Amino acid sequence: MINEKVIEVKDLVKKFGSFVANDNLTFDVYRGEIFGFLGANGAGKTTTLRILSGLSKPTSGDVRVAGFDIYRHAERVKRHIGYMCQKFSLYEDLTVAENIMLYGGIYGLPKKLIEGKTTELLESMDFTAYRKRIIGDLPLGMRQKLAFAVAILHDPDIVFLDEPTGGVDPITRRQFWEMIYKASADGITVFVTTHYMDEAEYCDRVSIMSEGRIVDIDSPAGLKDKYRCATVQDVFVKIARPSNNKTG
Amino acid sequence: MKRFFGFVKKEFMHIFRDVRTLIILFGIPAAQILIFGYAVRTDIKNAGIAVLDQSKDEISTGLVSRLESSEFFILKENLVSGDHIDRAFKKGDIKAVLIFENGFGKRLLSEGSARIEIIADGSEPNVANLVTSYTRAIINDYMTDLNKVEAGSFIAVEPEVKMYYNPNLESQYMFVPGVMTIILVLICALMTSVAITREKEFGTMEVLLVSPLKPLQIILGKVTPYFILSLIDVIVVLFLSWLVFDIPIKGSLVLLMLESMLYIMLGLSLGIMISTLSKTMQQAIFISLLGLMLPTIILSGFIFPVEYMPWIYRVLSPVIPPRWFIIIVKDIMIKGTGFTFVWKETLILIFMTLVFIIISTMTFKKRLE
Repeated sequence: MINEKVIEVKDLVKKFGSFVANDNLTFDVYRGEIFGFLGANGAGKTTTLRILSGLSKPTSGDVRVAGFDIYRHAERVKRHIGYMCQKFSLYEDLTVAENIMLYGGIYGLPKKLIEGKTTELLESMDFTAYRKRIIGDLPLGMRQKLAFAVAILHDPDIVFLDEPTGGVDPITRRQFWEMIYKASADGITVFVTTHYMDEAEYCDRVSIMSEGRIVDIDSPAGLKDKYRCATVQDVFVKIARPSNNKTG
Repeated sequence: MKRFFGFVKKEFMHIFRDVRTLIILFGIPAAQILIFGYAVRTDIKNAGIAVLDQSKDEISTGLVSRLESSEFFILKENLVSGDHIDRAFKKGDIKAVLIFENGFGKRLLSEGSARIEIIADGSEPNVANLVTSYTRAIINDYMTDLNKVEAGSFIAVEPEVKMYYNPNLESQYMFVPGVMTIILVLICALMTSVAITREKEFGTMEVLLVSPLKPLQIILGKVTPYFILSLIDVIVVLFLSWLVFDIPIKGSLVLLMLESMLYIMLGLSLGIMISTLSKTMQQAIFISLLGLMLPTIILSGFIFPVEYMPWIYRVLSPVIPPRWFIIIVKDIMIKGTGFTFVWKETLILIFMTLVFIIISTMTFKKRLE
């Protein structure tokens, strides 16, 4: 089971007109791994994430997610992945329980199972009192944690997180990462983009993108070693800098 | 299928939890029907009149009773002197005073003409106009009858004006199709486009697209509640106009409902198209309101007849879907015609619906690639 590839990307190219957002990406992600996908704004990481999660189609290249070819078995891929984006992904006018019921239902889970999972999940997060509260009334951190819990409700092989902790306080971010660790321990592969370099330190491996290309992929320790830096942040600043400074 | 129904249920929850949405869905249609029904009246019924008959002969009393027996007028008062006219008006329950000159009947028979003065309440110009023209029509009518009896005297007969389908020129008959058309296109296009762009804006659309739900299921799930609620709106509008304004449906109710369903689908596909073209709810609202409401009101022939408009409007008008639906509703509701008379308009609506759906799918696919 160790070193089983859940994401295989080979020569992935994505063009928007003449603009190349993803330039020949090749990388693999292994089961249960926490894979950090770093890059400056506009480096092309969201484009890759959207392709991997089926929101966008690549221009060329081979991509397999959860063992399925994304061109031929897009529908099967969808059943095996979870997704959470920076923009909030729960319905603000529905209650906590209703949101869980809705997403569970969308993934085809039986009602009984969802109800059981809801109780279990809220207990583990200490949110039992909020079961019937409208999401819009809850603080952002709590909502993000719930959104993550909902994204892995159907036990996906991979969960894609697009800057999940944007605008969240440090304590909640820590709790959020504890949830990520737990998911990873349960065998869920976590593919996460982030701007917080301290979070990059928590990842098993990170990839650093710049101008549509992957500059390097390694474990945080390996990267720090290689570029002789104290932190991933320093590594990032060193290698992710665009070759020419754009104005504006 | 179970996934789909769960999704539809969620959409209903959104609607029923938002008071504003509910008001737009059900408050506005009801209010529009009542406002148009009462305010934009171009007919009169049981208007109060007073008579100052200085002659009191056979012909003048005959005319008064003719006026009275029409359903348009009620004789409120018999005045005895011209000094009382002002006071009668000020009481407020009469719209006009008829004054027969002294020796009215005698003069009419001997000279062939006599004077009736009609004084109307000009503070309500519309009503005044209507009252005088109705009165004139009844007088003419009466004179024609007199001519038949009293051979030898001659009073010019004016051409007879007859209204088909709406013999009393009752304005409610005409406003119901208009209100229905506007409300449906507004609710369907505006509400669906907002509902869909809302998901985009809040980021939930992406989560849905990543899920096993197919895009078609998502769109249908968003649209189904509005289809059902719009259909309820049609029933509410028809029921209210029947209950409050006594407006019957002359043609087939089934056909009218089927055509309404088609028009609702057109509105929904228009809403979907708008949502694929706009990124935010504001944009969607802007396009729906500016792009739909004004053209619907102005170019559909609801308030202003298209035939009298500048050529550019006449050219644009056929592109506006409501233009055709109004014709269908008028034909079925007021004229009582069947499908054989509205098939052309129906085909046009079907064609437009298809165009909207094709454009939506194309822009949607383009966005994915």
